[in-house]
Amino acid sequence: MTITLEQATKWINLFIEKLEQNRSTLNELDTAIGDGDHGTNMDRGAKAIKEALAKKTPADLSELFKTVAFAIIQKVGGASGPLYGTAFLDMSKEAKSESDLAKLIGVGSDGIKRRGQSDVKMKTMIDVWDPTSQALANGQLTKEDVNNYLNSTKDMVATKGRASYLEQKSKGHLDPGSQSSAYLFDALLEAMGA
Amino acid sequence: MKYGIVILSHSPKIAAGVHDLIEQAAPSISITFAGGTEDNEIGSSLEKIQKAFEDNQGDQLLAFYDLGSSKMNLEMYMEMTDLNIHKYDVALVEGAYTAATLAEIESPLASIEQSLAKLKIK
Ligand SMILES: Nc1ncnc2c1ncn2[C@@H]1O[C@H](COP(=O)(O)OP(=O)(O)OP(=O)(O)O)[C@@H](O)[C@H]1O
Ligand SMILES: [Mg+2]
Repeated sequence: MTITLEQATKWINLFIEKLEQNRSTLNELDTAIGDGDHGTNMDRGAKAIKEALAKKTPADLSELFKTVAFAIIQKVGGASGPLYGTAFLDMSKEAKSESDLAKLIGVGSDGIKRRGQSDVKMKTMIDVWDPTSQALANGQLTKEDVNNYLNSTKDMVATKGRASYLEQKSKGHLDPGSQSSAYLFDALLEAMGA
Repeated sequence: MKYGIVILSHSPKIAAGVHDLIEQAAPSISITFAGGTEDNEIGSSLEKIQKAFEDNQGDQLLAFYDLGSSKMNLEMYMEMTDLNIHKYDVALVEGAYTAATLAEIESPLASIEQSLAKLKIK
């Protein structure tokens, strides 16, 4: 399945909306196993993306992802800044010659792994990005799948990020970055479906 | 070759404090720092990090950081810039102090790095 500039623009706008609506949910999740700022960080990113897109309408997919990446990198601050920022920057480079959705999300997921020096099962957003990109490659991703990926982080022990300082005590809570990533992919499914 | 030292911390006070501490050991070395978010809250900001590197007068920049995302932001910046940046995964205070002391007496980079290797914690 390929993604058009129009669909991707819709995707990003829906993501922004979800981040703004769920700022306190994300902060609460991050309060349990982190420093309580994930919602604030992502909301700051959402506002920066909105501002950047209002200033200049991207001409193609690559430019859209680059605009998103730069806004996030510059404004988000916390770990999620360089992580989401790298994902969108790598996707922007890939989108110069590629519009296959599964490939793009795969490249984004690899970017997060590289930046975070992390992989699946470490209780991070990768536990949503990685299976999502695989499901897309198999041509079957639903909101239920995304929700399952998110919920799988609950029983994991964190070995990366702030939550890893809690060691065994990080168990029993959803990973905040996985929750924001679930919003991202819910938004994607909504944008592609309509 | 001129050394410069760059301090990155999640806390504006830690960044400024480490600067003050190591400045005494290295009065002739350019030391710049980035601490906290744009609003001086706890966190990190790529814009501040960028400015700290650009403002530094050195041409071999020795960089020290504290937690999680300062490292990721630093690595992200290193991919974006042409400046000569050396990143050290060492204890922030002890590492920066060691480097400042040795840079002040113009030790070669290899021997600074040898001393820093003992302080590696991440
Ligand atoms: N090394 C990593 N690899 C992949 N994802 C990570 C890593 N570290 C953190 N994360 C993700 O980032 C999320 C936390 O983002 P948040 O915006 O709260 O940053 P933070 O951890 O507070 O950053 P900081 O280190 O500046 O305090 C986690 O829930 C996790 O999903
Ligand atoms: Mg946090």
